[in-house]
Amino acid sequence: MTATLAVDGLTVAIGAANVLRGISLEVQPGEVRGLVGESGAGKSMLGRAVLGLLPANAAVTAGRIAFEGRDLMAMAEAERRSLLGRRIALIPQDPMTSLNPVKRIGAQIGNLLRHHLGLSKRAALVRSLELLTEVAIREPVRVLGLYPHEISGGMRQRVLIAMAFACDPALVIADEPTTALDVTVQRQVLQLVERLRLRHGSAVLFVTHDLGVVAKICRSMTVLHAGRVLEEGETANVLTRPRHAYTRALLAATPRADRPAEALRPVPPALLEQLWSEAYRLDHVAAEAV
Amino acid sequence: MADIALISVAAPPRLRAGLKRGGLRLWIGAALVALLVLSALFAPVLAPHDPLAQDLMSAQLPPAWMTGGDPAYLLGTDSLGRCVLSRLINSARTAVMVALIAATLAAAIGVALGLFAGSFGGWVDQSISRLIDVWMAFPPVLLSIVLAAVIGAGLTSVIAAIVVVDWTRFARVIRAETMVQLTRDYAAAAQVIGLSRARLLRLEILPNLVPLLVTLLAVEMGIAILVEVILSFVGISVAGDTPTWGSMIAEGRQIVYQAPWIMALPIVCIITSVIGLNLFGDGLRLALDPVQRS
Repeated sequence: MTATLAVDGLTVAIGAANVLRGISLEVQPGEVRGLVGESGAGKSMLGRAVLGLLPANAAVTAGRIAFEGRDLMAMAEAERRSLLGRRIALIPQDPMTSLNPVKRIGAQIGNLLRHHLGLSKRAALVRSLELLTEVAIREPVRVLGLYPHEISGGMRQRVLIAMAFACDPALVIADEPTTALDVTVQRQVLQLVERLRLRHGSAVLFVTHDLGVVAKICRSMTVLHAGRVLEEGETANVLTRPRHAYTRALLAATPRADRPAEALRPVPPALLEQLWSEAYRLDHVAAEAV
Repeated sequence: MADIALISVAAPPRLRAGLKRGGLRLWIGAALVALLVLSALFAPVLAPHDPLAQDLMSAQLPPAWMTGGDPAYLLGTDSLGRCVLSRLINSARTAVMVALIAATLAAAIGVALGLFAGSFGGWVDQSISRLIDVWMAFPPVLLSIVLAAVIGAGLTSVIAAIVVVDWTRFARVIRAETMVQLTRDYAAAAQVIGLSRARLLRLEILPNLVPLLVTLLAVEMGIAILVEVILSFVGISVAGDTPTWGSMIAEGRQIVYQAPWIMALPIVCIITSVIGLNLFGDGLRLALDPVQRS
């Protein structure tokens, strides 16, 4: 089976600094993969690279990104654009700013549907209502006529989720979609993503630094650190039997009700190479076996 | 738009809210602009006399309410006995025509180049920006006079002069604002749904520039009126016998001690028109911006 997303040896540089260093990662059809790591680990950069949204000063220097077996970077611009929003969708990080402030919700969803699915105005309107109903927005007719600033952050994130799943995408990249929301809304949004993913048969790459979220909805996960993959595997395995010392530190830093969290200490640069080395990882596996 | 059917439901309260946001500025501005536009449109009907008809027997009459005024000439007559009120009303035609055409054309050129520079960046932006810098270093009135000399005096050259000089005003502001808007998350989100650059600019960015553009347009119309006044004051605007505020000031200047109203009245017209346009633009911007700003 062809992987929905296959990233192979991806290296992205900003100036002289590599922000991603030879990242390889696969997302299978229908899989929900968590992508975790501390701030600056390159989680969002990986998502942006897949979407072709790298900042102007960043460049891919090595590796390839394949979507359903087709190389995204070698593809013609028009072809790539026709995939974006239709086959590959994004749930953005900040719902407050990710909708166009001067366009009504209805126009924004409608444009997407008409652009990608070629629906008529009327059909797009009907479909928009269905989509809003699907993300549990009450009074969808009223909401379609509102501007983004007139609805709450949670509602905006629902609208964005509805838009992400609107064209039955094969892959949805969720870029920390719950970070900007308060805790009660977070849970609803997660449930919503889970429900829509199942209904639309999409794979999800869930970028987050919240291990609790990963444990809840991701079947597999990848741990990034300073632009490298440190560890990956089934979520249950990684979380209960972390093979890498860094993953263990990450887990220990997760706040829990029953014990104080340990601060996640940054790795001194001198020790970075050691941390990434295979030998270091095996050491720990061996130490654990003893 | 998909929400056509909904607009009719949602629009009335929103329109009212918009008008409220626009406030007094919007109403005063709209009233003054309406006065200007209506007198331009209906000049032949509104003007009590032929603006060109001379009546040397009743030259330099003061306005009707002053001693020696004639009720037939509400705002008095000039040194050739022509009705000042009729001339003021007819002058509005030239002013409105210049304001509308020149400002629209300048905006079209400026917005196109500004969007271009702001969205492409790199050498495209560099060359357009440097062009604007050089352009703005040129004295505009001098450029207008040269233009009038080259293509001849007349309405066309007045409009051409304003467009040639003032597109930079739009281009600079639109370029900067386009750059700002493109860094916003919604622009990135629009790219991620696969919009091309042209569609991104037209469907997503341009609507965000509308409030700004409205203000610029109104200000530019005021400026266009002023430039027309300057050019007609020095006599290189429309043909000699068409009344304009600028030429009325020029004529009134010579007899300002005997009949100050002849010069004062067109000045009042100019000031009210420009203030009206500025207020109207300001109020409209507030009314049009759906994101309420306090």
